[in-house]
Amino acid sequence: MAKTIEEINEKIKQGKAVIATAEEIIGIARDKGMSCAAREVDVVTTGTFGPMCSSGAYFNLGHAKPRIKLGGGKATLNDVQAYTGYAAADLLIGANALPDDDPRNRVRPGEFNYGGGHVIEELVAGRDVRLVASAYGTDCYPRKNLDTLININDLNEAVLFNPRNAYQNYNVAVNSSEKMLYTYMGILKPRFANANYCSAGQLSPLLNDPYLKTIGIGTRIFLGGGIGYVVWNGTQHNPEVTRSDNGVPKRGASTLAVIGDLKQMCPRWLRGVSMLGYGATLAVGIGVPIPILSDEILNYTLVSDSDILAPVVDYSSTFPQREPEVLAEVSYADLKSGSFKLNGKDVATASLSSYSRAAEIAVTLKEWLQQGKFLLTQPVKPLPSIGDSIVSKVLNERS
Amino acid sequence: MKISHKLVLHFPPRIVEQPVINNLIKNYDLSFNILKASIIPNQEGYVVLELSGEQDKYDAGIEYITSAGVKIESLSRSVLRNDERCTGCGACVSVCPSRSFIVEPQTRLVSFDNNRCVACGLCIKACPPRAMEFHF
Ligand code: SF4
Ligand code: SF4
Repeated sequence: MAKTIEEINEKIKQGKAVIATAEEIIGIARDKGMSCAAREVDVVTTGTFGPMCSSGAYFNLGHAKPRIKLGGGKATLNDVQAYTGYAAADLLIGANALPDDDPRNRVRPGEFNYGGGHVIEELVAGRDVRLVASAYGTDCYPRKNLDTLININDLNEAVLFNPRNAYQNYNVAVNSSEKMLYTYMGILKPRFANANYCSAGQLSPLLNDPYLKTIGIGTRIFLGGGIGYVVWNGTQHNPEVTRSDNGVPKRGASTLAVIGDLKQMCPRWLRGVSMLGYGATLAVGIGVPIPILSDEILNYTLVSDSDILAPVVDYSSTFPQREPEVLAEVSYADLKSGSFKLNGKDVATASLSSYSRAAEIAVTLKEWLQQGKFLLTQPVKPLPSIGDSIVSKVLNERS
Repeated sequence: MKISHKLVLHFPPRIVEQPVINNLIKNYDLSFNILKASIIPNQEGYVVLELSGEQDKYDAGIEYITSAGVKIESLSRSVLRNDERCTGCGACVSVCPSRSFIVEPQTRLVSFDNNRCVACGLCIKACPPRAMEFHF
């Protein structure tokens, strides 16, 4: 049995396509058998919603009268630093950007209550945001200062463009030291008192297509409550990691770079978040449809939490010192049970990524497909996979 | 939900003579019981009172007196969740010493049991979208 994307799209248009979420497909295949499920089900939907630091947005503001050249000048949005290295009216803001006067970690742990992620959330929510800018003035762009409210509806373009999202698997963070740690993986109590993880496990997009056989450049996705696209592999994309027999990576592996029109997104799926002692960032909702083109692809989507292993990493020493050591491997089923055993000791677990919201994304995408509002795309180019000589490099410091 | 809290209100000299408490009672439908007070014109004053009313009116009233310049100190405080901001991630679960957060095994929704909460405040800064809030 083999289906094509065109055939599935035809069924979607006729309202006849059979769609299941990555949770539901596990039960369907158990009840009906693999090949029957592969024949009947056309698309499996996935979802994930968690903090994704490599996220940001760019805008074209429209030209002021008289004109001002932001490029090479300075600009803030609600006091948060924006990047002005582009043309006169283009601005970029990253999720981790902070106001100049934020105390950061001067008194530890810093609170980071407001940053670039929050600015993006406010814009998406339709609230006015204050733009303050200064420029050096030229003959064609004479103005030197600007202080105005802006609103997403008045911008020419507002585009979410995230260089690295949707990590395929991730570390489970613990702390072996005697002191509390405040990390991007949340608060880690001393002496292995807790462990934080950050993946939707069996619902997570890239864990349901471990070799990226269907996901590539041009894949249409759910992004921030609207429609987006995969545009490239994400940064740090590394398919060459150790894998289980089912092909699922046992370490952080592939990633996606994604893009989409911010104007059709909503704040429920783009939320500014603050990691105590670490920084401000953005929680992003992403859902990827997986076309069931063959038995093999169906088989990948049957992965369940007990089949996915994550590496337990010590954030007091190993992580900051960039040592490769992994303390143990633990399944998402164990992580979700609330605790797991590490060296004979019970460690309480907590998640940073929201599984209930991930499930909501998978269901929303399923409804879009059922209503014919969302069609699948054929990737124009696959993402680099195993054997494509991807080597994860580290920084080679030199003078 | 009707609530009642004991508060200390500190009045800076410039507003001691303004009818802040009158406005509070009149406009926000709250009742009060003054336990102790010291108000002298043009000096700093304070009032210790028990304030009760419906939660939303109470919150609006507190917002009003804060914006009028009164500093509030609470003799009791409670921690509430802003459900609109909560993403259900679960980061609070292992932070809370009184097990006030429970992850529902089926839906993975995170429930918050106000009755178990001891108002230590640890979850407030640990919650990434800042959904947990102190209320006075
Ligand atoms: S940490 Fe905050 S957002 Fe996450 S479940 Fe707890 S209250 Fe909700
Ligand atoms: S204030 Fe303290 S006891 Fe109450 S929910 Fe938050 S962490 Fe738990």
